[in-house]
Amino acid sequence: MAKVQLVKLAHARSGDKGDTANVGLIAYQPEYYGLLAEQVTAARVKAHFAGICHGEVERYELPNLGALNFLLHHSLDGGGTLSLKTDAQGKTYSTALLRMEIEVDEQLARELNGEGVTD
Amino acid sequence: MKTIRIANGQGFWGDSLDAPIEQVRRGPIDYLTLDYLAEITMSIMQKQRARDPRQGYARDFVAMIEEILPDLVERQVKVVANAGGVNPEACRDAVIEVARRKGFGGRVAVGIVAGDDILDRLDDFIARGVELKNLDTGEPLAEIRPQVASANVYFGGRPVAECLDQGGQIVICGRVTDTGLSLGPMIHEFKWPADAFDLLAAGTIAGHTIECGAQCTGGNCLIDWQTIPDMADIGYPIIEAREDGTFVITKHEGTGGRINVASIKEQLLYEMGNPHAYITPDCVADFTTIQLEQAGRDRVRFSGIKGRTATDSYKVSISYSAGWKAVGSLVYAWPDAYLKAQAADRVLRERLARMGLQFDSMLTEFVGVDACHGPLSGAPPSDIAEVTLRIGVRSQDKRAVERFTREIAPLVLNGPPTVTGFAGGRPKVEEIIAYWPALIPKDEVEPRISVIKA
Repeated sequence: MAKVQLVKLAHARSGDKGDTANVGLIAYQPEYYGLLAEQVTAARVKAHFAGICHGEVERYELPNLGALNFLLHHSLDGGGTLSLKTDAQGKTYSTALLRMEIEVDEQLARELNGEGVTD
Repeated sequence: MKTIRIANGQGFWGDSLDAPIEQVRRGPIDYLTLDYLAEITMSIMQKQRARDPRQGYARDFVAMIEEILPDLVERQVKVVANAGGVNPEACRDAVIEVARRKGFGGRVAVGIVAGDDILDRLDDFIARGVELKNLDTGEPLAEIRPQVASANVYFGGRPVAECLDQGGQIVICGRVTDTGLSLGPMIHEFKWPADAFDLLAAGTIAGHTIECGAQCTGGNCLIDWQTIPDMADIGYPIIEAREDGTFVITKHEGTGGRINVASIKEQLLYEMGNPHAYITPDCVADFTTIQLEQAGRDRVRFSGIKGRTATDSYKVSISYSAGWKAVGSLVYAWPDAYLKAQAADRVLRERLARMGLQFDSMLTEFVGVDACHGPLSGAPPSDIAEVTLRIGVRSQDKRAVERFTREIAPLVLNGPPTVTGFAGGRPKVEEIIAYWPALIPKDEVEPRISVIKA
């Protein structure tokens, strides 16, 4: 197995509802969705956003779109107009999630891009 | 099968001024929908109306109507906009005045959907036990009642349809859900009954897809962003809706941008909560039932959408004054740019602490290092060319925030070296108008609909 960043496997868009950010993670190919669903768990996303997400992470599956939706509670310094953050709406959390690494087989890792493989 | 074309020309108050005009002029549409409201807009409009009873709506909308009215009449395009703010009647009167002045008197029917403004009724609600609890925190509204600046119910597509049924050609709404602006015309045209939940869910999802304007036609689109054609002339979205609840999202021929299954998926997930239960006043839509297919260039077809019965509440958007804030920034240059910015932050914090100022929150960010992705950003290069120090404070004490704003510029002379970017002067002290989401039983409020010929 080899590690590959999600940015090779998926695209994403994020937004806000109050102090909760949502991140939609969308598989580039239908066959990647299983990998995302298996490995990008709510617990892993919570750990990934340590220091940013101060609440729970909820995950929803949208197999029809090859996508997962994550709700990151208490992640926007109060959210909306209260927030002092540059990114008060969590609009860049989409690519923050794409920094995460997951495990894929060697052949897929080579296909996705040799440079993304660390082992 | 009957098909209608519903265009979005405005994704938020402050969006492109030209987009609605282009949507009307560059190809066939039947309806133009415009979203002028953000959560805090209503509080600004309440203040405007308090100063002048003829104000309190989106004036940009009236200027836009003035420009395109001849096109609207000639092409028989109807308009649905939540431009009425807290004074839909005044917005209507302004549009009627424009219509008469432009020689269209007697030829344009202007309708309003009002009744959403419940600011004057809050005390009555609270007295009767309608607590309007904050959906996020559970606190009753009574806790912040004196600070409330505006309170509006979100109506859905049904009252918009009723206004169109009564002959409205320009429908001005107070607070209608973004999706309701598009669903309304479908209910009106296709005579969808109130219990046709799959159809209402389809129309809701169509509305959700276009409600953010060009964000579904290639704007803010991550996938293949570098190859998106002609973004300077990006086309805004159009729903080609059919009475069976299937629809196509497209844009005018010859415009820039891109619509494909991948770009549409990005917008579908934008601001998404629980995808099984997208709750609106008309229905509960299930995003996990959507089937997408490419149906030609810049055309994506939706089918299979399911919905369920609506809930018995309306959502309420309440805004309230929640203190004061200010954000200041300075730019530090190589060498040791990051170290200098960090040192400046320490110096500033020490000075503020010595003054004994009370802040509810103080946030430091290093723009260029980790302002967006926080700890995920990794260490910056040691020879980083420049770093922006950005510090914000929030407090109930306006004087503390004012004092903070006077401590930024001095750092240029009395802090770490090679610093610039203070030319904008002292940071602005802003009143925080915060958002209080709540629910209210549907039988407590009734949409007020009327239509007047210009």
